[in-house]
Amino acid sequence: MDAFFNALNNFFLIGLPYIALFVFLIGSVWRYTSTRFKYSSLSSQFLEGRQLFWGSVPFHMGILFLFFGHLTAFLIPRGVLLWNNHPARLIVLEVTAFIFGIAVLAGLANLIYRRLTNPRVAVVTSRMDYAILSLLLLQVVTGLWVAYSFRWGSSWFASVLTPYLWSVFALQPDITAVSALPWVVKLHIVGAYLTVLLIPFSRLVHFLVVPLDYIWRPYQQVVWYWQRKEVRRSGTPWSLKRPLNN
Amino acid sequence: MDVRAQISMVFHLDKCIGCHTCSIACKNIWTDRKGAEYMWWNNVETKPGTGYPTKWEDQDIYKGGWEKQNGSIELKGAGRKKGLLNIFHNPNLPVIDDYYEPFTYRYLDLIESPASDDQPTARPVSLITGKPIDIKMGPNWDDDLSGTPDYARKDPNMQGLSAAEQEAMFQLERMAFFYLPRICNHCLNPACVASCPSGAIYKRGEDGVVLINQQVCRAWRMCVTACPYKKSYYNWHTGKSEKCILCYPRLESGYAPACMHSCVGRIRYLGVILYDADRIEAAASSETESLVDSQLNMLLDPFDPQVIQAAKENGVPDSTIKAAQYSPTYKFVKKWGMALPLHPEFRTLPMLFYVPPLLPVMASLSNQDLEQGEKMDPIAKFWKDDWLYDTSTEGLWGTIDQARFPLKYMANLFSAGDEEKVKLVLKKLMAVRIHRRDVTVGDIPREKVQQALSEAGLDAETAEEVYQLTSLAKFDERFVIPPAHREQAIEMLEFTGDTKGSVGFGFKEKPQRGL
Ligand code: SF4
Ligand code: SF4
Repeated sequence: MDAFFNALNNFFLIGLPYIALFVFLIGSVWRYTSTRFKYSSLSSQFLEGRQLFWGSVPFHMGILFLFFGHLTAFLIPRGVLLWNNHPARLIVLEVTAFIFGIAVLAGLANLIYRRLTNPRVAVVTSRMDYAILSLLLLQVVTGLWVAYSFRWGSSWFASVLTPYLWSVFALQPDITAVSALPWVVKLHIVGAYLTVLLIPFSRLVHFLVVPLDYIWRPYQQVVWYWQRKEVRRSGTPWSLKRPLNN
Repeated sequence: MDVRAQISMVFHLDKCIGCHTCSIACKNIWTDRKGAEYMWWNNVETKPGTGYPTKWEDQDIYKGGWEKQNGSIELKGAGRKKGLLNIFHNPNLPVIDDYYEPFTYRYLDLIESPASDDQPTARPVSLITGKPIDIKMGPNWDDDLSGTPDYARKDPNMQGLSAAEQEAMFQLERMAFFYLPRICNHCLNPACVASCPSGAIYKRGEDGVVLINQQVCRAWRMCVTACPYKKSYYNWHTGKSEKCILCYPRLESGYAPACMHSCVGRIRYLGVILYDADRIEAAASSETESLVDSQLNMLLDPFDPQVIQAAKENGVPDSTIKAAQYSPTYKFVKKWGMALPLHPEFRTLPMLFYVPPLLPVMASLSNQDLEQGEKMDPIAKFWKDDWLYDTSTEGLWGTIDQARFPLKYMANLFSAGDEEKVKLVLKKLMAVRIHRRDVTVGDIPREKVQQALSEAGLDAETAEEVYQLTSLAKFDERFVIPPAHREQAIEMLEFTGDTKGSVGFGFKEKPQRGL
């Protein structure tokens, strides 16, 4: 029996992350280069706008906060521990995170309900959408559960999970501490890996192309098919010197 | 001076017969696909009317276009701040019901239904869900419905018209309407381009056509909100926005766009206009009263040696400069001042201009005149000296002043509310008619003809030119398309050298919806 659990632990905590990362990296690049037309957030607001508001907005706001929360604990665990030194600050952090978690849950529930009940939206819902929605639901439910029953998550994430994740990235996976964690936590971890794995094959790709450059690019864009002034300069090398239009 | 070339268009509204051939030509080529059934890149509206999508001109609802904000301009319902903040849910996005739910009929039922006592029917089914629907709206739903409470009276351009004026417009005997064909204006200050967070929309430098890169569009759907003309559409199936491409593959091969090629009324003109790109920002942010003027000021005289010099330095090909000199749109817009932009107050600097219709304005009859008119020869009565055209100076333009179609309404459409601008164009149209009447029938006193022409700012020669281009122009005078120089580019954006040794053009991926 022990051997069996060991094998399971090894597969889900060592094998899966590498598979997930590999598929995610190769898959995203492959999809971006070969089927870019399909790279889209596939918004369905045009078919149904009102319900979407109560789903999409809380979901995205919450998930953004939680994503950056996890990222912070991963990148600067000591900072998080330092913050949590003071019980009042710890409570503030945990409660805020929990509220955002609830927001995600509520948003997600609305989104799922909308997909299931609105006939127009159902037309533009694929099997992958259902898979992703279920997976995310599993994530947020286990996440809330963990946060509620194993306190305080922000602290032990920084001291237990961060070293594990770093060890994975350093290609020297060390799972001794993680394998002792309760199964809900492990489920949450596995769910996270599965989500990463599915990114390239779902509409989740839209988060890879978040249009942040919009903030600094000029509003107007003009595209020329050849450099008009450049071609006329005598010093311009031939490679740039495309034939004149006259 | 940064001289660039722009393919611009003029629609002569007096000639539009509302046949919708243009819309069908476009639909058959470009939007007869899943997800695009509801799109009409070219549509023809009845004015007064609510249009497509319903009340698109009301920016309190749709928040399209630019608005002035302390001296400069900002997008009204999109842009850096609003666009990114509302990216999860865009509160100003029209939904499909604002256009109409596309449908078809179950025609097969007519043949396949079993024998029974009743006639079989072909039920309408939604093209989205495939389920039977009750049709609430469809393409051209308000066609010719001027005067109706649901459509004409809800026209957003009624603003500023007194209750009495509005009432008068809708009296059955006096009711008038005209058609307004619309395509993307390929604006100089396009709101769609500015609103796109992924930068998928761009203006082609060589000819100013505004396009959406289908591989870069990520369905952030801001362009749909930002375009005040609602000419950027969201394809609900592929998850990409689409818009009029001015038939650029046809243009590049020297053909007129399909809508223009097929236009039965021959109302459409297309040609190059040279403009000064340095003045775009200033023009777009000028005061509302001077918007039209500053837009027209940007357009440059293609015969001016300085302009030609600057254009050449900027790499504008000689062939394009020549096309600009023969451009019918330059004549209508700039030389004769007879065409105006649609809703300049949206500040996108549209490059599709309209010659406002004289006909619904002209047909003004008072009861007294009617009585008198009965006794006259049916044609002559419109030209009798002391009747329609008064001999006194004020009366020369009598019909325009007493138009049964309030000028204010036209002004709300074409000149941001400035009635004088519209009036001047109508005078020109009228003067050309008076001039032609003089040439062909010769029953109007010479001085009056002269007076009419000079008051409208024309002379006999120009009036003759206007007449020629309006009524007799052949295909190649209506559409002056500069060569695209295929020897350099397979498509305008693809240098031949880059594609040497490869096959075909465009992207080779199937336009399939993402997973
Ligand atoms: S009409 Fe609308 S879609 Fe066309 S260029 Fe102007 S803003 Fe863009
Ligand atoms: S084809 Fe020409 S005449 Fe007919 S509706 Fe279109 S613009 Fe008007």
